[in-house]
Amino acid sequence: MAAQEKYFKTIKDVPLEDYFTPGHRLCAGCGPSLAMKLAMKAVRMPTAIVNATGCVEVSTSMFPYVSWKLPWIHVAFENTAAVASGITEAFRILEKKGRGSMHDVIAIAGDGGTFDIGLQALSGALERRHKMLYICYDNEAYMNTGIQRSGATPMGAATTTSPVGKVISGKQERKKDLIGIVVAHKVPYAATASISHPLDFINKVRKALEIEGPTFIHVLTPCTLGWRYPPSQTIKISRLAVETRYFPIFELEYGKLKINIKVSKPRPLEEFLEAQGRFKHLFEPANKDVLENLKMQVEENWNRLLKLEEIGLYA
Amino acid sequence: MSELRPLRKMALTGDEAVAYAAKQADVDVVAAYPITPQTIIVERLSRYVADGELNAAFIQAESEHSALSICIGAALAGARTFTSTASQGLALMHEVLHIASSMRTPIVMAIANRALNSPLNIHCDHSDVMNARDTGWIHLFANNVQQAYDLTLMAFKIAEDPDLLLPVSVNMDGFILTHSVEPLEILSDEEVRQYIPHIPYPYRIDFDRPLAYGVMALPDTYMEFRKQLFEVTRKAPQVFRKASNIFSAISGRSYDLLTPYFVEDADVIVIALGSTIETLRYAARRFRERRLKIGVVGLTMYRPFPEKEIVDVLENARCIAVLDRAYSYGGVGGPLYTDILSTLYKNQIGVMIADFVYGLGGRDLKLTDIEQLFNKLFKSLEVGRFDQDIYWWGVKDD
Repeated sequence: MAAQEKYFKTIKDVPLEDYFTPGHRLCAGCGPSLAMKLAMKAVRMPTAIVNATGCVEVSTSMFPYVSWKLPWIHVAFENTAAVASGITEAFRILEKKGRGSMHDVIAIAGDGGTFDIGLQALSGALERRHKMLYICYDNEAYMNTGIQRSGATPMGAATTTSPVGKVISGKQERKKDLIGIVVAHKVPYAATASISHPLDFINKVRKALEIEGPTFIHVLTPCTLGWRYPPSQTIKISRLAVETRYFPIFELEYGKLKINIKVSKPRPLEEFLEAQGRFKHLFEPANKDVLENLKMQVEENWNRLLKLEEIGLYA
Repeated sequence: MSELRPLRKMALTGDEAVAYAAKQADVDVVAAYPITPQTIIVERLSRYVADGELNAAFIQAESEHSALSICIGAALAGARTFTSTASQGLALMHEVLHIASSMRTPIVMAIANRALNSPLNIHCDHSDVMNARDTGWIHLFANNVQQAYDLTLMAFKIAEDPDLLLPVSVNMDGFILTHSVEPLEILSDEEVRQYIPHIPYPYRIDFDRPLAYGVMALPDTYMEFRKQLFEVTRKAPQVFRKASNIFSAISGRSYDLLTPYFVEDADVIVIALGSTIETLRYAARRFRERRLKIGVVGLTMYRPFPEKEIVDVLENARCIAVLDRAYSYGGVGGPLYTDILSTLYKNQIGVMIADFVYGLGGRDLKLTDIEQLFNKLFKSLEVGRFDQDIYWWGVKDD
């Protein structure tokens, strides 16, 4: 059963109440801000939010203002999963000892705080099986500090630390398979999502919260400044990421893979790339091999997911 | 009344005594990572949980950085929270130490003091906690196993005092205290419950009153936040005394910020931290038998630094020796020496003073070493000056 059949069938079923409120300082056209708004639509009870240092954190908690109508906790950059572990275990034991009650805990971190510096804390938390949802909002670089490459930056993308130079053009390495790392911990639920498909995302958040144990959602959130496109194009680019198969939308329940958005006739990857300044140089003849490599990676990944879905297991 | 209490004696190592105190404190969340020489503390606590003697969430983190981060989350959620570490583990926590105090989380941590790498060494010195001295934690030092037990109980009382709400570390010398069995007197579970009842953390995560924790503050507000930390830290001595008075009424054992010994008429005063105090006192007794006026001062509270009390005990001394079991490389001396120098200068006390760096990486400070040191002090007093400002005591010449 697909997630969207379960909780919110149409956008009209989504609650009007916002726990992530306007007035924050994120950019016009910010992908992560939309992801936050949508994720908060799915909370099912009073929920504690743990936020890693990053764009969302600095822009939603500027003293004395705060954009969260839920308890919100920021401790540092790399330890979000650990802080969330402590909160959820404290809730559980205090309920057991009659001095509190259990609540949902959602950890939120960017790609830098998850793929790179927060990976160890995430791995520890997943292995320890805490009841918590971890959402990684992925804008594919360290945008808050000014667009530096991360383990989530795709091959070929230009960032301020993987610039297009005279001899090296953009990032030379592939994007890390984060969901693969997460699933290797045998978690009960892991999924990808895109802000261009809000119902799918909101339903996945709710579904993850309903499941006992650690759950994980990787949501793609374009960055107008870092990806270099006009702020009005955020949703269009998110959609292109899905429709070109650049960012497949799937979920894994106890390791069993299901592709939620079947892209039978993919748009050419170039449509996604051309819309962004960070890939501009890939269309120069000198970088043709990088472009071809990227296309091959996308195709390979899609075929791999299809096979895994067919077998019923994620390798 | 205290003499009428039934005595409860046990023989425990320092690690075991601290774990026993944490169990009696009915901690809710224990998060830690194994590191010598504190490992026995978390082993014991996990055993208590496994045997149903302690109703707590025992979380073995994947690093000390995460262990303390878990403690912050748990403390904010309203749980009584305990961790322990040593050496590299405390160094790895460093970033989070600052956050724990700034976020006013009443975490209690035992530190089994151990040297820092490199070269790798698992034995006692104070380099680990000295690296954490400016983090806004209250740092307490035990001289023996009894004190390690007592101070752990008192640490909860101090940390959770609504006037303070700061994390507290209880330091005990690695191996010397952590692994030595000593007889000690314990409180009953009921006495501990009465001494440190569970009181709700006033700023705990509350869904009826959602708060934001760890917000962003720019130059227009950041300093005001930090000034609050400055101000609250200064309340620690009075909170310590309050906790100590109640503890004393229950246990019959009383604690103060300092442990002055033979200081009233002392010409020469030696100042140190940790288990060395016990050996210094023994040596001082022997010197007193020879009518040599030497006194010994230990600091039970090292941070915040008990300035006023230090002045009170030092102002009449003619010669002062500071024993540092750590060094501030490139600085003016060891950390304790630097603190004492500053305190003396602030109070216009121009007494002769020298720093004796000793015992790094677990090197024994034997009775003979101390007697040589004392002789050196009296000789220096005779000539009216030290021939060096910093001595590395007990280092082989070649």
